[in-house]
Amino acid sequence: MEFEPVLLRHIAVPGIQNLEVYQAHGGYNALHQALELSPEQVVQMVKESGLRGRGGAGFPTGIKWGFLPKDHPGPIYLCVNADESEPGTFCNRVLMEGDPHQVLEGTIISAYAIRARVAYIYLRYEYGKSYRVLQRAIDELYKNGFLGRNILGKAGFDLDIYIHRGAGAYICGEETGLIESLEGKRAWPRIKPPFPAVQGLFQKPTIVNNVETLACVKHIVERGPTWFRSMGVPPDPNNPRDLGSFGPKLYCLSGHVNQPGCYELPLGIPARELIEKYGGGVWQGRRAKAIIPGGLSMGFMTAEELDTPLDFNGPMRVGCLGLGTAAVIVIDDRTSMVDVLYNSCRFFAHESCGQCTPCREGTAWMAKILARIRRGQGYLDDLDILLEIANGIGIIPGTTICGLADGAAWPVKTAITKFRAEFEEYIRNSRSRQASILAPLTTH
Amino acid sequence: MATITVNGKDIEIGDQENLNLIQAAARAGVAIPHYCWHPALSVVASCRMCLVEVGERKPEGSIVMQPRLLPACQTPARHGTVVVTNSQKVRAAQAAVLEYLLLNHPLDCPVCDQAGECWLQDYSYKYGRARSRLRDEKLLRPDKDYIGEQIVLFTDRCVMCTRCVRFTREISGTGELEVISRGDHAEIDIFPGRPCNNKLAGNVVDLCPVGALCSRDFLYKHRVWFLRSQKSVCPHCATGCSIWIDYNKNIVYRLRPRYNPQANGHFMCDDGRFGYSHVNNKQRLLYPLAHSGDNLVPVSWADLKNEIREHLLNLAKAGQDHTLVVVLSPWLTLEESWLAIQWINTVCPQAKFAHGPLRDAGADDIYPKGPRGEPCLPDRAKFIIRGEKAPNCRGIDILLRHQQNPPLTWQEVLEAVEQGTLQHLYFVGGDPLYKASDVELVRLRQARSLIVSDIFPNGLETLARWVIPGTTFAEKNGTYINSRGLAQALYQAVQPPDGIWPEARFFWELLELAGLYHAPTVRRQIAAAIPELSPLDLDDLGEHGILLTPGALAS
Ligand SMILES: Cc1cc2nc3c(=O)[nH]c(=O)nc-3n(C[C@H](O)[C@H](O)[C@H](O)COP(=O)(O)O)c2cc1C
Ligand code: SF4
Ligand code: SF4
Ligand code: FES
Repeated sequence: MEFEPVLLRHIAVPGIQNLEVYQAHGGYNALHQALELSPEQVVQMVKESGLRGRGGAGFPTGIKWGFLPKDHPGPIYLCVNADESEPGTFCNRVLMEGDPHQVLEGTIISAYAIRARVAYIYLRYEYGKSYRVLQRAIDELYKNGFLGRNILGKAGFDLDIYIHRGAGAYICGEETGLIESLEGKRAWPRIKPPFPAVQGLFQKPTIVNNVETLACVKHIVERGPTWFRSMGVPPDPNNPRDLGSFGPKLYCLSGHVNQPGCYELPLGIPARELIEKYGGGVWQGRRAKAIIPGGLSMGFMTAEELDTPLDFNGPMRVGCLGLGTAAVIVIDDRTSMVDVLYNSCRFFAHESCGQCTPCREGTAWMAKILARIRRGQGYLDDLDILLEIANGIGIIPGTTICGLADGAAWPVKTAITKFRAEFEEYIRNSRSRQASILAPLTTH
Repeated sequence: MATITVNGKDIEIGDQENLNLIQAAARAGVAIPHYCWHPALSVVASCRMCLVEVGERKPEGSIVMQPRLLPACQTPARHGTVVVTNSQKVRAAQAAVLEYLLLNHPLDCPVCDQAGECWLQDYSYKYGRARSRLRDEKLLRPDKDYIGEQIVLFTDRCVMCTRCVRFTREISGTGELEVISRGDHAEIDIFPGRPCNNKLAGNVVDLCPVGALCSRDFLYKHRVWFLRSQKSVCPHCATGCSIWIDYNKNIVYRLRPRYNPQANGHFMCDDGRFGYSHVNNKQRLLYPLAHSGDNLVPVSWADLKNEIREHLLNLAKAGQDHTLVVVLSPWLTLEESWLAIQWINTVCPQAKFAHGPLRDAGADDIYPKGPRGEPCLPDRAKFIIRGEKAPNCRGIDILLRHQQNPPLTWQEVLEAVEQGTLQHLYFVGGDPLYKASDVELVRLRQARSLIVSDIFPNGLETLARWVIPGTTFAEKNGTYINSRGLAQALYQAVQPPDGIWPEARFFWELLELAGLYHAPTVRRQIAAAIPELSPLDLDDLGEHGILLTPGALAS
């Protein structure tokens, strides 16, 4: 059966950003449907759908909502994570700019389900167009009774949506960094527990969800959990902790590929198929050396691993951190992995919030080592030091507060274990012709 | 009771104690290294020095360990919690954190004030690696001497524990300190033009586990390993903070707060912390003086003793028109005052007693304040600097009331002397900042005789027939009772300048008692004589002192 896109279905419809056009294409029917149900019923639908968060961690959305304290007097907050800073990721932007009402409809339904009366959209500052488009759509919604008091005549259902523009930090996408930032503080992720669902924004129960996650909620309400579960990959019977990967997913394809872009496909498409069938293959007739399966943080897959299905588990089976944001970056065979890894390390060192010693110092040290290797002054045992640092930092070993450090570690771990020969050769060669290879580089 | 297993050893803690694993392990005698955690501040669990392995003992006895390391500071100790602090995995994590912390550290221990009491030195020695593997340049970040009047920041030495930042947010409430920049460029700083000059600012120097925040007062003055520490009590207000006097070769170099949950908690104020310079001040009264003609001339202590005794005996005989009033400063210890009263009773039983002058500093100064100086609600108070600027008003008052109820106030003394109803005055001072005002001098000029005892010339000596040098808190053994009724002992750290008899010794000798003055003995006599002070019938008042009315903390 041919897959039919839902999230991007109306993205090309002229004027879909306007409420009228959106409604003419069935927009806000899901909201009407949801308001016929009790909030608990909506939560139940989302639980049954098996929807997992699209922001990177893949946490089951319905289960997260279920962590909210029962019968809380409020306020409960909904935060829409639109900070989209993971390198290679741009699907939230496509949704917000192209079909803002879809995002807002999902947000309103979700707010209804979790009994939030205020939702904050935490928007990456650089997304100026998203801001303007979303704000216009929100204004329209207020005018037409979709926001404000007693929404669509439903007594007691009130909702205000505010857009908060970030100030350009990757860490503001981490959910508790986001919350701190919203509170007007420095975005230093919080220690957990308490989890945001219990004590989040302004010390109140809070749910943070990604833009795409919330857009999916709209379709789950409209088409039902069974429809959602009809796409994707069921749980691996041999892995009791696998919850399956259901529904459509926006894959962001970029890098050395002929047709980069945002593709909506059922979860679990193999990387090779995505690149060949949808991306038109690696550019300039070259071959892929490596790909990043889901944003830089997930680490690298080799050309030999391209048949790995891009569901929540697939990348893990080949040593990657996970599916992440499903942002696939293709790296062709003429690219130096030293350069790639240097860029990766520089990014994470720049974005570490500086709170945890292992992340603050470890990311910066790795960046310094990579810069030096790249300058031609590396030593072979630098690779062991890099691996030792990478193995030691992150929430997986337990040495940091948030997952940024894991994201910084995984590219290093996977690059050095999977491409060690290339690094060693680079170091050997560059040391023998050091003078010629001294590139005018600065450590950050 | 909850049973916790630390490195294989079981310990019991109370169910309601709410200890974290650092505290629980300490009970088992196991030290878990830590930087960011401090018992008086919120938990941030960011330095990751305290990583340990944690597991749970199931009811049937098996132990299930968690796969990842956990920060001990953030992990509560519960029944069945199993902590391992010495495994290979924990040691590797500790060594890694220390290597990280030293990556950009200048290693300038030889010129660092903290050397010798530095947690980076100590932990590196115990848990670190011998050498760094950094082959790259270190970051260089300029020192900041604009952080505050009392504090300087050696930016490179900072370990980003944020204790100082949390202190100004949570305890002083003034919020001057903050973190700027990200990643390894993160630095402590202030908002431009808003330096950290609050009255509690000096505490950030103690809180800083390394040599990043240093005290300007102490800067480059002394190596800490030469310092000796004596337990004492700050005399500068009625809070009576427990302190350490750090001294060497008879010079006091700094005061530091000594933890006391019944008085000051972990902290002290800058008035107290930096209020020791009078101890080292050479401009004080150094020997007894007696009036001769128009001049004051030195006399020996033996002559002084005899002359004063004779003078008081004469007053006792002279009757109505020659009434003596003895003024006892609230800076005196219980013992000094008690001995003074005992002696006066033997030579001049009809003498009157009065409180000494108390500098008025207005209302209590309560923290945390708001960042714009908004006042703190009393029920939220975490630190109080008392408006009552003396250490022992309460104690002196109890002694005086036992003798004569009510005692005269200083104001009443001034008026009575001026009107001629009191003619003779024996002023026993002790407040290093007291200076007689012109009004006081005009009134006291009417006195027929004046004996003054004080640390510094206070103006009254111009009128005095005898001038007796006094001693500072750092030179005394004795007891103070703060405004909450907490009695604490102070112990002598340094000797008074050559030849000075401390007040207690002077009265001891006047009383012709055998042996040497011994504070606990006198304290026990006082306790036996005055029911209100009976809880002080102890040789040792303990680390935290004795509350006269147990449970009367809330005041
Ligand atoms: C360093 C870091 C950066 C993150 N950035 C984003 C982001 O930009 N957008 C996002 O949706 N989630 C981001 N996340 C994940 C969020 O913490 C959180 O898991 C997510 O917003 C939850 O939404 P979901 O359950 O709908 O995926 C980030 C996580 C980390 C550790
Ligand atoms: S892991 Fe890194 S980014 Fe995350 S809180 Fe710690 S220092 Fe900040
Ligand atoms: S609060 Fe009072 S007792 Fe404590 S240090 Fe300050 S002046 Fe001394
Ligand atoms: S003391 Fe536990 S992380 Fe700093």
